[in-house]
Amino acid sequence: MRDVAVVAFAQSPCQAANRRDDMAGILLPVIREAVDAAGIGRDEIDFVASGSHDFYEGRTFSYIDSLDAVGAWPPISESHVESDAAWALAEAWSWLQLGEGDIALVYGIGRGSLPADLDQVMPAQLDPYFLAPLAPHRDAIAGLQAHAAIGAGLTSEQGMAEVVSRCLASALDNPHAQRSERVDVARLLDAPYVSSPLREHDVAPIGDAAAVVVLAADDAARRLAERPAWLRGVDHRMDTHYPGVRDLTESLSTRRAASRAAEFAGFLPSDVDVAELHTEYSHQEAILAAALGLNGAELNASGGPLAGRPVTATGLIRIGEAARRIFDGRADRALAHATNGQALQQNLVCLLEGEG
Amino acid sequence: MTAESLSASYTVEFPFERTVGPTIGAFLGGLRDGQLYGVRTERGALCPPLEFEPGTGAETGELVPVADTGTVTSWTWVRARLGDPVPHDFAWALIAIDGTIGALFHAVDVGGDSGRMATGMRVRARWRAERVGQLSDIECFEVAP
Repeated sequence: MRDVAVVAFAQSPCQAANRRDDMAGILLPVIREAVDAAGIGRDEIDFVASGSHDFYEGRTFSYIDSLDAVGAWPPISESHVESDAAWALAEAWSWLQLGEGDIALVYGIGRGSLPADLDQVMPAQLDPYFLAPLAPHRDAIAGLQAHAAIGAGLTSEQGMAEVVSRCLASALDNPHAQRSERVDVARLLDAPYVSSPLREHDVAPIGDAAAVVVLAADDAARRLAERPAWLRGVDHRMDTHYPGVRDLTESLSTRRAASRAAEFAGFLPSDVDVAELHTEYSHQEAILAAALGLNGAELNASGGPLAGRPVTATGLIRIGEAARRIFDGRADRALAHATNGQALQQNLVCLLEGEG
Repeated sequence: MTAESLSASYTVEFPFERTVGPTIGAFLGGLRDGQLYGVRTERGALCPPLEFEPGTGAETGELVPVADTGTVTSWTWVRARLGDPVPHDFAWALIAIDGTIGALFHAVDVGGDSGRMATGMRVRARWRAERVGQLSDIECFEVAP
């Protein structure tokens, strides 16, 4: 195996809606910032991988617009996943393992603000026979999961509000956060339900932003970063799509991905100092922490997705935030988790480590 | 530069006809006839039926008729929107159909009173008079007496 590391990370501010810039306009400055941080020229990038979902834009191959910010002439080696860009990072990691090149650029760009009514859009990710024809509310399946998690004693409405309060306070230090404030748990619990037991603040706010990660292998990584965040283990797994045939209160695919990533890494999620979890809903923190077996790690110190959820960039931002804490020496070992699909259907786990 | 945002109307649709296969096809045909089906697996009848056993990936067997009553295993209360199966506020729920494993996702109508919803409550399907072979042939579930 080649040693592959995150050597640079950049993101644009999470905005509820960016009506000023198109896809390439949001992405271009973020690519510049990441490439400058790595201290490389664009011609040194051997591979580009990206993630986005067509269904937010309502058209096929919507991500093509973003290639204007990448620069695809003369022809480049490039790939795309219809998923959160954390899965594009997994592809780039595999590509670097093949030894065809040393430096890869991964980006995620999402404009979740485009649909006027997300309730019409979110069922597009569901199976077309049993779920999509019923057109459930955008947060309904997560609501079932939250209800089940409370029933199983994993969390409570109070516990969920405490997660939100902690994350929004942490986000005060994150200049890219969409939401940040000091707020009492009691005040949060006064809010009405959107899909009981979920209140508005329990739902990570969807919006617009881009994120870019630069990966490099072996000596290239040592050259480009003072303290590279080595990707010691990366794995992703999925659970069955239909929510009625799996236990919504535990995330078996997260557990399995973490176990495989730990085999690669030689250390466990219980050994990490910080963890960035892709919590699209506040109740999922308890489910993920249990599945990962975290032990005292600082959770979502950036504020996490509850402070900003740019669609399809949110998982990649978790990896970038975890890496950032290794770059600056605040952590030696970190975990990043990303999810895709409804109610934690697909999950990716990265274990990162700094040296020296 | 102008602050005006351009916008265009767009209808989200799934404009394809597809063949649903022997398992899901027979299930949808059953809905048209007002009969729920499960599919045989090693652990029991699975409803709604899948072509593969979710735990093991083993192919599932033949379809068997099952009751149209069940027990709510989880639920979430939502505001009614235009086009929803129930005209007033209602619950989306997972319903373990009697005699089966797994749970069916559908709406539960309790007359707009969330206080009447409870995990473990008994419900039964309210069938539409005109059925075409899709999930909405069951209008929703209602409290079983």
